[in-house]
Amino acid sequence: MSESTVRHAPAAGEPAVVQPLLELRDLDTDIALRRGTVHALDGVSLQVMPGETLGVVGESGSGKTMTALSIMGLLPPGGRVTGGQILFEGRDLRSLSADEVRRIRGVRMGMVFQDPLTSLNPTMRIGVQVGEPLRVHERVGRAEARERTIEILRRVGMPRPERIVDNYPHELSGGMRQRVAIAMALVCSPRLLIADEPTTALDVTTQRQILELIDDLREEFGMAVVLVTHDLGVIAGRADRVAVMYAGRVVETAATEELFRSPRHRYTEALMEALPESAVRESGEHARLYSIPGLPPDLSRPLTGCRFAPRCRHVTDECRTTEVTLSAGEHQHACLHPVPAGSAAPLSRPGPVQVQPVSDPAAPAAGPGEPAAEPVLSVRDLVKNYAAHGRGLLRRTAGQVSAVAGVSFDVGPGETFGLVGESGCGKSTVGRLAVGLERPTAGQILLDGTDLAGLAGRERRRMHRQVQLMFQDSYAAMNPRMRVDAILAEPLEIQKVGGPAARRARIATLLDQVGLSRRVLERYPHEFSGGQLQRIGLARSLALQPRLIVGDEPVSALDVSIQAQVLNLMRDLQRELGLAYVFISHDLSVVDYMADRIGVMYLGKLVEVGPARDVVRAARHPYTQALIDAVPSVTPNAATERDGVTIRGELPSALNPPTGCRFRTRCPLAQDICETEPPLAGDAHQVACHFPLRPESTAASARAGAAA
Amino acid sequence: MTTLSEPIRPGAVPDQPADADAPVRGLWRQGLAVFCENRLALVGLGLFVLLAGICFLGPLFYHTDQVHTDLTAVHLAPGEQGHPLGTDGVGYDQLGRLMLGGQTSIIVGLAAGILATAVGTVWGAVAGFAGGWVDSAMMRVVDAMMSIPSLFLFMLLAAIVTPSVSMLIVIIGAFAWLGPARLVRGEALTLRSREYVQAMRGMGGTGGRAVRRHIVPNAIGTVIVNATFQVADAILYVAYLSFLGLGVPPPAANWGGMLSDGLADTYSGHWWLLYPPGIAIILIVLAFNFIGDGMRDAFEVRLRRR
Repeated sequence: MSESTVRHAPAAGEPAVVQPLLELRDLDTDIALRRGTVHALDGVSLQVMPGETLGVVGESGSGKTMTALSIMGLLPPGGRVTGGQILFEGRDLRSLSADEVRRIRGVRMGMVFQDPLTSLNPTMRIGVQVGEPLRVHERVGRAEARERTIEILRRVGMPRPERIVDNYPHELSGGMRQRVAIAMALVCSPRLLIADEPTTALDVTTQRQILELIDDLREEFGMAVVLVTHDLGVIAGRADRVAVMYAGRVVETAATEELFRSPRHRYTEALMEALPESAVRESGEHARLYSIPGLPPDLSRPLTGCRFAPRCRHVTDECRTTEVTLSAGEHQHACLHPVPAGSAAPLSRPGPVQVQPVSDPAAPAAGPGEPAAEPVLSVRDLVKNYAAHGRGLLRRTAGQVSAVAGVSFDVGPGETFGLVGESGCGKSTVGRLAVGLERPTAGQILLDGTDLAGLAGRERRRMHRQVQLMFQDSYAAMNPRMRVDAILAEPLEIQKVGGPAARRARIATLLDQVGLSRRVLERYPHEFSGGQLQRIGLARSLALQPRLIVGDEPVSALDVSIQAQVLNLMRDLQRELGLAYVFISHDLSVVDYMADRIGVMYLGKLVEVGPARDVVRAARHPYTQALIDAVPSVTPNAATERDGVTIRGELPSALNPPTGCRFRTRCPLAQDICETEPPLAGDAHQVACHFPLRPESTAASARAGAAA
Repeated sequence: MTTLSEPIRPGAVPDQPADADAPVRGLWRQGLAVFCENRLALVGLGLFVLLAGICFLGPLFYHTDQVHTDLTAVHLAPGEQGHPLGTDGVGYDQLGRLMLGGQTSIIVGLAAGILATAVGTVWGAVAGFAGGWVDSAMMRVVDAMMSIPSLFLFMLLAAIVTPSVSMLIVIIGAFAWLGPARLVRGEALTLRSREYVQAMRGMGGTGGRAVRRHIVPNAIGTVIVNATFQVADAILYVAYLSFLGLGVPPPAANWGGMLSDGLADTYSGHWWLLYPPGIAIILIVLAFNFIGDGMRDAFEVRLRRR
């Protein structure tokens, strides 16, 4: 099932005998907003052959979703296709009557959206929803619709479809809901499936299952797929051809393997270098990420020349003034100074700009890997249970949700401890407990050797100076009615640090540290982009000069190029200020890049703790291995090298967790002994498993193995 | 614009807000701009200013006797004997009476609306912040009062006490605060769990600071918007009560009472006693609703991200 080798486009290479299933010609789409008209798409041309998977990749605002919505006629209010053609099976959808278009879109095309919860109607039973297109477009009877619904649900891999048809969406998990959404798109056997970020809202292990499902169904139904995503890794393993979009235009299109081996457009090249994965891969030490400076252009203003020019490191005056069109041939690109064809693989090329000597391992205090003698944060047997209330007047406690169940780890000064796991594993709860936002049910949190639980009043307030939280969504974490100067001054006011003048000086220093100009002080949070907000958030966290910052998914909401800027900044500050980080993320490649040591959590327990390189490259716990295997990689044939540990199913409920090893219900290696709980065993690289995949290797040999 | 030359750290990208050249504007200015984009809100505001201007400033230029009846000049049609809108059944000039009645309606409406909003906000905020049994007890009081039809209560109270302008304000205010109380409690409950309040607690801030700096400033928009609707409602309540004969006693007047009097003359063809007060009530209530809609947009910070 998992032989996701890269296929060749069935018809792309041969002479154009086969007519494209879908062809966009110079498509223009405008969206009228209050502040003006945004030219979301500008001359987008794409082709999708029958039976082919076309990946459309780009950052937010690149127009990839608008392309999908334009095809489906689902543009938001104010949105309108203003020019070009949408040819589907040779007929222009824009010139057909509304009724015909509706039938084509309803029967011949299917669409899967990002969030399976909001794309399903919560008040309709699954069966009725999935069968709705049949009833509308094929006018079949109720009984037949139900039968065909059960059949299609079975084909998308739903267990017990006869029962699921009578359930409501909220009774299903995220992965199951996405399967329902796919079934709904496929029920009329469309020729074309458009999947807009189908797995972005899902965990990696679920993501892998869904992507494989789409692959299998494509072959089974003989349909074409347009896979829209921001994740280069998702594209690399699944698509036949890729179109890279930037600022409302297609800048490069090529066969997947070709594109990843030798990208031609400078934007594509920069995007790949900005991936944390590539920095880790190319050098043993953690190299500085290449970050694309600046922000994407504002599409409501008139633009001339190459739209990437202001951020490009190879820019010339010609780029700014000349309109560039896609070159001809198989590998098309719109770049005046493309990467020379057939040059060395770009992934192994060091970023030429702004590279500076990388973190010297003996940096602030202790070297990575070995916690210093006196940890900044020490967590001992941490337990957090939430009461699950029953319904009714008295709200009796119906049970305990075990969010964190006996977690212990240390974080040394200047060290980054990465905490990974799927959603619901309790990693965020650990973060909130560590900063004192919640009180543990049992166990100790020692900050510089002092137990948080014993503190009250003034001492507790002073404790907050030592440790600060960094949020995933900085916009939500800032009062929308406060100006940035008030936001940055707030921690100083609360902790009564200095007078007004001293505070202003401190804020100015903070802005310099995070690389923002002083002009931002008079503005409000809604005026900034995600990356800028994350810098302001970081500045606020630093205001009290803490020794530890707990980052809860600090870059998960950001685009790759912006993510690189923030990650670089976090590392620079760590080196300068000797900060320790607890870096919480679901994204293994980011944690691998940032962390010195990694802890893997599963359902409230740490299953594996060890030096980052060892955990990622020589995982000992089957869950860790499955997690690593599920992460889509941009290395085109990485899939073949995988160990093939796949896990099925989804996270069990924390309301009633499995006894013993909590992973045993999904573990391929589970035996009877797994009903007893395995302790976290080992020296530097600990694992809580009765059947670890590998013996603990010495750090040196692991490193040697990884380098080979 | 690029005179700033502070040291920017190497590697970090000196980037500016998306439109660095845009003038720095305060939240109030931005909100005003949004309000002004809403045509209906401007119409509402204009209408209110116009009506209030006529009612309060009009009598300075257009002198009429609204105290002594003149039985020699009853039911004069508009235009007769220098009465542009005619006279009513006891000889009062209808235009002058509209101005006088408008004063009562607007004063009672504004005062009762503000009183209801103030009481409701405090009640709801305390319940929402305190939570637990305090919240339960306070909100059950609101539920209990809401379960009684308000018009019935108004009538009962108005029958017991002698209505006067200040009494009307108190009576209407005493029952209209239930809506704002529920609204503000809900707002306080959601604001309490916002991430920026948590961020502040993570810095060691106290509950008092959360209320002062974060919850009140963010709830104020909802409260003000609701207040405009409260004013509109209060003007209607005055009209109801007066229509039922429970309003201010003559020679004082208000639009509801005038409408009620006019209704008695429906079949005598005295349309000038019926339509002007009715239209005036519709216009002022509409004006406040339009203003409220515009203010709701203006206070919605998120809308401004677009």
